Amino acid sequence: MTDAAIELQDLQIAYTVRGIDRRVLRGVSFSIGQGESYGLVGESGCGKTTAAFAIMRYLPRNAKIQSGSIRLNGDDMLAMSGAKVRRLQATTLSMVYQNPASALNPSIRVGPQLGEVFGLLGVSKEEAAHRSEAMLHKVQISDPQQVMRRYPHQLSGGMQQRVVIAMALAKNPTLLILDEPTTGLDATVEAEVLDLIAALREEFGTSVLFISHNLAVIAKMCERVGVLYAGRLVEEGVAQEVFRDPRHPYTVGLLRSIPRGGVRKDETALDTIPGFLPRLGANLPGCVFEPRCGLAQEICREQEPELYPVGNGRVSRCHFHDRAQELPRVAPTRLPAVQTANGGPLLEVANGSKTFKQDGQDVRALVDISLSVRPGEVLGLVGESGSGKTTLARVLLGLTAPDEGSHLALDGKKLAGKVEKRSQEQVRSLQIVFQNPDGALNRRHSVRRIVGRALEKLLGLGGRERDERTTQLAESVRFDQTLLGAKPAQLSGGLKQRVAIARAFAGDPRIVLCDEPTSALDVSVQAAILNLLVELQTQKGVSYVFISHDLGVVRYISDRIAVMYLGRLQEVGDAETVFGGPHHPYTEALLSAVPTLEGEERTRIRLEGEIPSAANPPSGCVFHTRCPRFLGEICVQEEPPLAEVEPGHLMRCHIPIEELRRLQAEAPPAAQSKTTT
Amino acid sequence: MTTIDDQAAPIAIPVRPDETKVERHERLRLLVRSPTFLLGCLLAGIWVLCAIFGSLIAPHDPVSPDILSKFEAPSGEHLFGTDKLGQDVLSRVIMGARSVLVVAPLATILGTVLGTTIGLVTGYYRGFVDEATMRVVDAILAIPLIITALLAITAVGPSKKTLILVIGFVFTPIIAKTVRAAVLGEARLEYVQAARLRNERGPYVMFAEILPNVTGPIIVEFTVRLGYAIFTVATLAFLGFAADPSVPDWGQDISAHYQSINAGYWWPVLFPSLAIATLIVGINLIADAIAQLFER
Repeated sequence: MTDAAIELQDLQIAYTVRGIDRRVLRGVSFSIGQGESYGLVGESGCGKTTAAFAIMRYLPRNAKIQSGSIRLNGDDMLAMSGAKVRRLQATTLSMVYQNPASALNPSIRVGPQLGEVFGLLGVSKEEAAHRSEAMLHKVQISDPQQVMRRYPHQLSGGMQQRVVIAMALAKNPTLLILDEPTTGLDATVEAEVLDLIAALREEFGTSVLFISHNLAVIAKMCERVGVLYAGRLVEEGVAQEVFRDPRHPYTVGLLRSIPRGGVRKDETALDTIPGFLPRLGANLPGCVFEPRCGLAQEICREQEPELYPVGNGRVSRCHFHDRAQELPRVAPTRLPAVQTANGGPLLEVANGSKTFKQDGQDVRALVDISLSVRPGEVLGLVGESGSGKTTLARVLLGLTAPDEGSHLALDGKKLAGKVEKRSQEQVRSLQIVFQNPDGALNRRHSVRRIVGRALEKLLGLGGRERDERTTQLAESVRFDQTLLGAKPAQLSGGLKQRVAIARAFAGDPRIVLCDEPTSALDVSVQAAILNLLVELQTQKGVSYVFISHDLGVVRYISDRIAVMYLGRLQEVGDAETVFGGPHHPYTEALLSAVPTLEGEERTRIRLEGEIPSAANPPSGCVFHTRCPRFLGEICVQEEPPLAEVEPGHLMRCHIPIEELRRLQAEAPPAAQSKTTT
Repeated sequence: MTTIDDQAAPIAIPVRPDETKVERHERLRLLVRSPTFLLGCLLAGIWVLCAIFGSLIAPHDPVSPDILSKFEAPSGEHLFGTDKLGQDVLSRVIMGARSVLVVAPLATILGTVLGTTIGLVTGYYRGFVDEATMRVVDAILAIPLIITALLAITAVGPSKKTLILVIGFVFTPIIAKTVRAAVLGEARLEYVQAARLRNERGPYVMFAEILPNVTGPIIVEFTVRLGYAIFTVATLAFLGFAADPSVPDWGQDISAHYQSINAGYWWPVLFPSLAIATLIVGINLIADAIAQLFER
């Protein structure tokens, strides 16, 4: 193939870690045609970023390219001199990283920083400034002059990523590598950035290598996709086809673990992939996926499968590619039914507010939240970052004391603002599973100690009794007892999260707050954790307050949903009501922003601009500055009440529900409809 | 009840068997193979042996004034020559290791224990106490270390105990600052909040939860401070504040003879100076190797 923009041939890379070479890429070959968009998917640790860095020749110092070749427009990059590589890096290769904040130099204003790229191409200063401005226009920054005078930290995450993309495209590269470019962004911003990348790709005709763990993003953005597992390409083909009709058990497993198409816990259980990714540099003589594969036979252990062609240019590295979809399920198809206990509210917040002081300014993180959690239900909490979800969780737990005048009650009894002032009974009733199990577990304590200590403090257990309960708890979260002596570092992300769940359940809590409990995990592990949470809920009859930015996950697990924006509740209702519509315009926008694996295009609504600052919220309805269904003066002047628009469905909007129902059945409003007349 | 088989269940792969042990083993091997570390151990080790077995190794009695054989140049009989009292310099250098290697490590341990405690308390509780303590610490750090130590020793009078206490106290604020910075990073982590959510008391959180996670920086700080402590002990002895003027001491010997250099008698000064230099370089090499290990 000579027309390929980039071609990797049998690339093998090892990292030297603590004196030993450990293979991360085990012979990876793929090529990206001119103007083609190629997606690389796989769970973390599969070697996606290593492949990207190898192409950029940015590998860390402890990396070794053991064999293989990388050809850029037919030139062997590995044979090039350092000077030539640097010239390529300056002129024909671009990379956009996950975290735009660290990709930009914090001490140089945006204008000069972007100008540098042109400077490298030998353009005069004036001309560079000119072109920079034009480039910022192209990435849809409405006021480039202004932005160019700012420092990166003065821009929001979405804006920063636009600037990075502008820098990457400024040199009109042959190949643009995007490494999880939207992973750190909110769904609404992600949608905008993805639209932007798609539009620019059309304009520039750049070849793109798109790396993501999010299959739906790849499905939306790429023509072809390669599935990477343990440093080996296991499947490759046209993106839509691979996701519709996967031919490798790993791809099948990945797709089955994602909650999609509006599935709910009471309909279908998610499937998972058992076992773990092999250790870095492990010796794998047979198929790399064999230890975790339900279809594995003798031959898979002994002989590594070749890349079998499976039609239409697709390949699969599986001896049994024709039966890949017969992969037996690991999880049962249905989970035991969850019955929501009736009765009065278990936990209540009334007029819950929290104001932080920041540089002498009042920042209202929570404003007048009134909400209740019923026994045995899952209340999903959604909203963009900065909407106050986590603050609300911390207030409920007593880690952050709410403002005067806020009322918290558990079982109708008043709950003190600070956890230290709550009764033992109340403390153990409310527990949390944190987002990041690495930070949530003390890395110097063994699992036994972590769980045991919680039992000791919360239930007053000691000695043999405590040890027995520790074992029971481990069993109930499906944590292998033989691992109780292990330290967190020895465990995979999923196992760590199980320990965190066991700790949360140690004191027989009545409500467990789950703050993005799966967002740090890979999809197959996420599925296992979600199933576990559902199972525990049935067994113990606890309630969850489930915070997540992933609407698919929230829809899967929640009975009721509360949507937050700028510290205020915008909509509360049963999950199916909130997702089914009519929705609050903000909810509508959130739903519209999520890419789907099916590639079906929903009614497209894009929110403009960023979330306003909580220190200086807009007047009237706080959402009016971004609202796609903006009415007019009334939205600017008057904050709508959180009113019950249907039985059990609360919404904060001036538009009557029947009107919303009618509007949302129609085509989406045009992006610019905000002229007040 | 249906079971959900996943992760921990059906295909039983022993889960990363003893990753920490493997890692510790690999780290240790790397340390033992590091030339920096080996050289440091060799240099420091020599002096540790001298401090312990000095009396067995020393060829002569280090304290035996012999006015007839003063300032003899290095020779077969006296490898490092003799000093102005006719005492064997080699033996005095060997025996001098003990006074430094008793005072300096004890002082460093004292400073580390106190500094760690203050760092933990201020870093965990924050607030007013933290502000106040840190301002005091900054004030102490603004005064040259040796002057603070000199003043304190002049006030109390030199002895082994005062030297240890004074150097220990002088080091406390520096170590407290380092530990506090590490604690600030840890206290943000969720496991500390999890401890609050089971009514854990402050001292438990500080000493059982946070402390084990900040041992890395503490060990590095300890080795670095140890080098400084040796230097401080020698300097104080040079200035006339030896722990015990009757036993051989490098700093004291240098101070007693540096004026004789002009007369051509370089050996009573050079050899104790070399002793101090090699010991400090040795300790610093070890500190470097350990610090590098924790960075990895």
